[in-house]
Amino acid sequence: MARIIVDDVHCKGCGLCVDACPKGVLALDDERITPKGYHPAKLIDPDNCIGCSSCFTTCPDVAITVVM
Amino acid sequence: MPAPKTPVTLPDYQVERIGSQIKEGETIKSARPHALTDAIFNYCPGCTHGIVNRLVAEVIDELGIEGKTVGIAPVGCSVMAYDFFNCDMIEAAHGRAPAVATGVKRVHPDNVVFAYQGDGDLASIGTAETVHAATRGEKITVIFINNAIYGMTGGQMAPTSLPNQVTQTSPYGRDVATVGYPVRIAELLSTLDGVAYVERVTCDSTAHIMAAKRALKKAFQNQIDGVGYSLVEVVATCPTNWGMSPHDAFEWLRENMLPYYPLGVYKDVVADGYANAAEAALARAKDCPIAQKGKEA
Amino acid sequence: MAENNQGAERVLMKGNEVLAEAAMRAGCRFFFGYPITPQTELAAYMAKKLPLCGGTFLQAESEVAAINMVYGAAAAGARVMTSSSSPGVSLKGEGVSYMAGADVPGVIVNVERGGPGLGGIQPSQSDYFQATRALGHGDFYMPVLAPSTVQEMADLIYLAFDLADEYRTPAMILADGMIGQMMEPVTLPPARDPETLPKKPWATTGTRMEREHNVVNSLYLSPNKLEDTNFERFERYAQIKETQQRQELLLCDDAEIVVVAFGASSRIARTAVREARAKGIKAGLLRPITLWPFPTKAVDQVIANGAKQFLSVELNMGQMVEDVRLAANGRAEVSFYGRTGGVLPTPEEVLAQIEKLANGEASGVLPRPVDCPSSNERGE
Repeated sequence: MARIIVDDVHCKGCGLCVDACPKGVLALDDERITPKGYHPAKLIDPDNCIGCSSCFTTCPDVAITVVM
Repeated sequence: MPAPKTPVTLPDYQVERIGSQIKEGETIKSARPHALTDAIFNYCPGCTHGIVNRLVAEVIDELGIEGKTVGIAPVGCSVMAYDFFNCDMIEAAHGRAPAVATGVKRVHPDNVVFAYQGDGDLASIGTAETVHAATRGEKITVIFINNAIYGMTGGQMAPTSLPNQVTQTSPYGRDVATVGYPVRIAELLSTLDGVAYVERVTCDSTAHIMAAKRALKKAFQNQIDGVGYSLVEVVATCPTNWGMSPHDAFEWLRENMLPYYPLGVYKDVVADGYANAAEAALARAKDCPIAQKGKEA
Repeated sequence: MAENNQGAERVLMKGNEVLAEAAMRAGCRFFFGYPITPQTELAAYMAKKLPLCGGTFLQAESEVAAINMVYGAAAAGARVMTSSSSPGVSLKGEGVSYMAGADVPGVIVNVERGGPGLGGIQPSQSDYFQATRALGHGDFYMPVLAPSTVQEMADLIYLAFDLADEYRTPAMILADGMIGQMMEPVTLPPARDPETLPKKPWATTGTRMEREHNVVNSLYLSPNKLEDTNFERFERYAQIKETQQRQELLLCDDAEIVVVAFGASSRIARTAVREARAKGIKAGLLRPITLWPFPTKAVDQVIANGAKQFLSVELNMGQMVEDVRLAANGRAEVSFYGRTGGVLPTPEEVLAQIEKLANGEASGVLPRPVDCPSSNERGE
């Protein structure tokens, strides 16, 4: 099963990963705020992450690590 | 892209922060490239500069050239790029990156030298340096970010701003009757004999980003192979100064930028069957006796 | 300087070519420039000779590009130079400021011509302010060396490369069209063994994955950090001022009227001072070799020796005279005589000024002296 780890140091909550995800399993986490003041990306539907790395590819802040 | 041969690992600075969250039995599929430092990009949220910075770093990693790469950062939003890459870096004056790159490359021809420039830097204040480094056939790699606006200074009209595009200094829209037309750099440079490879790519989708990476890799490989000057123009967005969300900026890019700046390969001497730019230039001047002087039998 | 005479040779050469030859002997293997009169022989000599010793001559598309190529090559650790003449040097101001801000060494030659604007192509010293008051924006200085003979063209460019490397700063040779174009016998300095050149661990040569990445940069968004770098740089400047002032003193042991002149004008002033002595006037010559740092200690010394008046003789409308006045700081009278636009004063003109001072009259260029007819009066 694949998942992502978001590096809060780098994530700026731009949402491009959410747009890029073909499975719609990502969202911005309204309940957390990064040290820089952003709502970071979050995997909301872990069962359906296929580890395609589209989010990683699109992330402008290289904040995502994809593991399988 | 084919998967990198070596297993993906985290850069040292993420081993504790991210590595501690990786569970037993999990393997890393995608991670920050090692050629990037831990510095937080100074780009606005959703700015595509970061995507291209990462692609450059990935290419450096995959070609195994970090130790001999020297990057030249421009003036503009990517002015701080010298903090982002783990290779040696030089900060150039506005528009002068190709001249600075020329100086470095002439001293250390075995180094891999790249210049990373925006549209104001490359296509306006540094047009002379750009055109002449290209026509000299400097064996450097230039990454050109075209987002049709001056980002760092707050959204003024760029040499590549589209007709009728509203910016801070074209508040009624770019009036081509008074300020003229946008510069199409890929097309312009493709006419120069020193140029080995020019391609225009974009970064609005996963597929386009992967294509951009292939172009960048080729542009670096050309330098390693001594083929000649290579430039990759990346049609990019500036959500902040375009006044749009990152998502809408991509929509605007597809709707307005791509028709004006068509993607594609504008010159590739290797694909044309030549060993390098010099050979292609010689063939082009086949009817000019003085240009053929000294031609090897 | 050519302290070690081994490998030295004596030849008759043109000033501009000596600059080029001595630069190569100092270990310079990279030249980036753009054609302009009256320095072009330098570039032409480099174009011919550098490729023969494994170096690179590159004619840039502009002065702006040339100085930025110098910046890049210097950042990469090379001994590198550019040369130009006044209007072209103005264009180099941007790059020189970046070099100073990034602490990158390199040598800039200015074979001055008359100005402002396109000016003329005859000798001038009208870029003194530009050279000594920072050639570009920002808080910085650079060593400025002023040769007055073809021999000094060799000695001083040799020194300029060493000063640049030692203090990590751009350095300038401020010559003029007269010394650039004249031929004199010269003892060329020995060629430096590249192995003996200073190591540059800060240079952007590629990390080889053996060290942290080097960054050559002049941007500091934190005001405190930027201030730190400026303080650090000015500590180096203080060291340069303390240890690198250079000058020649002629007949200054008992001089009451000291003529201050550098470069081409010092050659004329030298004759005038000798003639004044022959007339019984206690005149001397203070010839600054370093224009920055200005030889303030020598000014102190000649005042201590009894100098009561200084006469700054320049090929401009009065620039170095301000440094003389600052150095004298009210302890002696300071006046000025100069010709401009490419016109050279005669020794007699300078002697007449010395005599005026000796007679207690004011010296100066305004109103235009009757013995200096205008071009109209000359029928031009």
